[in-house]
Amino acid sequence: MTKTANGFDLDTSGKRVVVDPITRIEGHLRVEVNVDDKGVIKNAVSSGTMWRGLEVILKGRDPRDAWAFTERICGVCTGVHAVASVRCVEDALGIKIPENANTIRNIIHLTLFVQDHLVHFYHLHALDWVDVVSALKADPKATSELAQSISPWAKSSPGYYRDLAGRLAKFVESGQLGPFKNAYWGHPAYKLPPEANLMAVAHYLEALDFQKEIVKIQTIFGGKNPHPNWLVGGVPSPINLDADGSVGAINMERLNHVGKIIDDSLAFIEQVYVPDLVAVAGFYKDWLYGGGIADKNLLSYGEFPDLANDDSNKSLLLPRGAIVDGKLTEVLPVDLKDPEQIQEFVTHSWFKYPDETKGLHPFEGLTEPNFVLGPNAKGDPKKLIEVLDESAKYSFVKAPRWRGRPMEVGPLARFVVAYFSGREDVKALVDSTLKKLDVPITALFSTLGRTAARGLECLWAAQNLKRQYEKLLGAIKAGNTATANTSKWDPKTWPKDAKGAGFCEAPRGALGHWIHIQDEKIANYQAVVPTTWNAGPRDPAGNLGPYEASLLGTPMADPEQPLEIIRTIHSFDPCLACAAHVISPDGQELAKVTVK
Amino acid sequence: MARVETFYEVLRRHGVSRRSFMKFCSLTAASLGLAPAFAQNVAHAMETRPRVPVIWLHGMECTCCSESFIRSAHPLAKDVVLSMLSLDYHNTLMASAGHQAEAILDETRAKYKGQYILAVEGNSSLSLDDPYCFVGGKPFLAQLQEMAQDSMAVIAWGSCASWGCVQAAKPNPSNAVPIDRVIHNKPIIKVPGCPPIAEVMTGVVSYVLTFGKLPELDRQGRPKMFYSQRIHDKCYRRPHFDAGQFVEAWDDAGARQGFCLYKMGCRGPTTYNACSTTRWNGGVSFPIESGHGCIGCSENDFWDNGPFYERLVKVSGFGIEGTADDLGLKALGVVGVGLAAHAAASTVKKLVTGHNKPPPPAGKAGGAS
Repeated sequence: MTKTANGFDLDTSGKRVVVDPITRIEGHLRVEVNVDDKGVIKNAVSSGTMWRGLEVILKGRDPRDAWAFTERICGVCTGVHAVASVRCVEDALGIKIPENANTIRNIIHLTLFVQDHLVHFYHLHALDWVDVVSALKADPKATSELAQSISPWAKSSPGYYRDLAGRLAKFVESGQLGPFKNAYWGHPAYKLPPEANLMAVAHYLEALDFQKEIVKIQTIFGGKNPHPNWLVGGVPSPINLDADGSVGAINMERLNHVGKIIDDSLAFIEQVYVPDLVAVAGFYKDWLYGGGIADKNLLSYGEFPDLANDDSNKSLLLPRGAIVDGKLTEVLPVDLKDPEQIQEFVTHSWFKYPDETKGLHPFEGLTEPNFVLGPNAKGDPKKLIEVLDESAKYSFVKAPRWRGRPMEVGPLARFVVAYFSGREDVKALVDSTLKKLDVPITALFSTLGRTAARGLECLWAAQNLKRQYEKLLGAIKAGNTATANTSKWDPKTWPKDAKGAGFCEAPRGALGHWIHIQDEKIANYQAVVPTTWNAGPRDPAGNLGPYEASLLGTPMADPEQPLEIIRTIHSFDPCLACAAHVISPDGQELAKVTVK
Repeated sequence: MARVETFYEVLRRHGVSRRSFMKFCSLTAASLGLAPAFAQNVAHAMETRPRVPVIWLHGMECTCCSESFIRSAHPLAKDVVLSMLSLDYHNTLMASAGHQAEAILDETRAKYKGQYILAVEGNSSLSLDDPYCFVGGKPFLAQLQEMAQDSMAVIAWGSCASWGCVQAAKPNPSNAVPIDRVIHNKPIIKVPGCPPIAEVMTGVVSYVLTFGKLPELDRQGRPKMFYSQRIHDKCYRRPHFDAGQFVEAWDDAGARQGFCLYKMGCRGPTTYNACSTTRWNGGVSFPIESGHGCIGCSENDFWDNGPFYERLVKVSGFGIEGTADDLGLKALGVVGVGLAAHAAASTVKKLVTGHNKPPPPAGKAGGAS
């Protein structure tokens, strides 16, 4: 038994359980745990198992193109890297964007929050709480009564549920379970009654149909989804309400379409998502595992500037700030450019630093891939890796730290930072939900709390989407139709040497891009992404990151059936394609990777 | 147990004849390198076994293809996944994890040998010496080759699987390659785009299931039905190109009137895709309609054909000595120059992208049809 620097007890003597792949996430994640003879998790290891090196690819390219490359870091949280990228370029070059461009960016980005949180809850996370096979036992009439008791949502008649139950039975009896094959149905960690399970299956299918409608807002302003188009200096979609050629731009028809989607989204979240979340949570109030470091260290860069070109907390609709060492009421200021604040370590990552006891700020960031398994690892990386050795290097994810501490990022971090920054809109949402569930605020620091914060933030995002939309209409009404500032579009107007940082809160948490522009080209590009904060490995001091810490102490009913592990990991909404990245700022040759 | 429609019955219901069905089985048998007699076995399996299993692998990628797929409006993604086929393995959607998930791969190879479709999102490094992507502890390259070995046919989703895409852009630090560099013995349908349009993806799948044959492919392995024309050929802003009316700066008067984005770097003239006809997300818009040029995301090596905002070429064919810069002044209303511009743009691709060189070897079966 050892105690980590951040106070967690580790015991590696028990049985080792490997879960690879962790599914229902973006990208490639492996988790290994040791369980004691009672099945309680006593050690946890999180490993990102893919690397593409996008930032190496960016070197020497046009900074105005960077958004498109970095957007392809992730297609699930599509656009978040584009936001951070255009902001870091604009920061470096001193470009101010028009008010409408800021509002339209907020609309595009809030649309992602709404769609991504909804898809996460129903399609990536729900099956950790909902037993599809148990739904077969549900009484359609009782299901209808349950649904109507929690929501005015129209699709809730006994006939609706009878039809669904019939189709579900036929599907299961076919023996071809498709995506529901080989799963953990009947596992004792499932707590919902059959009727709640059937209701959730109905909404799984409805949400799958509905999510594709939400993203049409991104299509209207960005031309497509996934991967809409962005622009340094503004947005590409011009506004033309009623002059010549208005059909080729954002006009009344386009605006009406956006408004309709926003109203439909609000209805779905208010009448389906949030009631489902509260109903499901009510059955799992005893399962408050998975907190990890959530009650200690939380970080938010803040998001949704209400005022263009102003990222101070008086402009940001969700505030920037850090909470450390469990001092919840003390929200500290965060500066992306301060070399003492954000640093990345690679002691346990498959990268190489000259001195791996030290962390590097992103402006100084350095990465050479260095894939080496530790002495206690088992298996052959050309055939099958059986067990990793966490005393050595074990992940393609780096370990970022804020003032030396691992930090949890994401909806829970944003909401706790906002709550203790005194934001009344967030406080009202959180307090009313805690009251409905009859749980104290400490219940937030758990797997379920993370999931609840995401649902409440989805509602918050839809409400603010409507406000931003109305703001855009107001600006147009006042005669303001500018959407791009092209005064510094021409590279000849740029300084010879410039550095910038671009912040963003992605649905999964704090995202930063750092750029160094020299002679009109990218000299250096670095991204520190949400899942790097959450999924990262240990640092030289031995501090555990959020994923690893969150699994400790969780009892597993059957270690061969890792339902409890994936439930907690999913509550972070992992995005591993984002997490594994690299940069080689000095332009040196990448070292040949050695496989030992 | 309830009676479930077999694959054969689904085909018959869609009006596919017995004769066409047997041709499909022959093709399947041939694609597996099996004797013609084996077609009978394939037919028997299709007649008696239910929905076609689909194994959807994720390699080095960003999951934008999966996200696009679930945006499909016709058919709805849920109908494809739950009624048309059996999506037995899909990292982003499947309920099981770890060894329960990986067991599905072994079971499918054994139980449905030669009868499942392998859909691949992303790509792998060229060699096992490049340790950049592992799934279930195995190199992704090994998983990909194993699952391809016993599949009926392979779908290469998106530009990663088709061409290499962003991770293969220079200097390609992970040595990423398109899947036809590592799968040589199967028909591969390439469905490029970053991502491909949702209805193009489900269109390809439902074509195979409805008509009982693989779609006709061009020589680069793409379904002709979606990739045989350039964005520019069917672009609704094309008349502005022909009339020499261009956007000169973002949000200028031309931009607000929907003029042609050629001078802003639009790759429509060299990009083969269905964006300007099928459009995106249920037909709501496509990049050019929303004011940004096409970046050419369905084309091979499009990341290295930039910068994106540099116009394709100083076209010498716009007039005898003109370029797009002065075309607008000289050519308004002159039909002949419009035609010349059209012809010139047709050669643009060859001039600037080097695509007049033959495409890279697409694997033996890359152009099979």
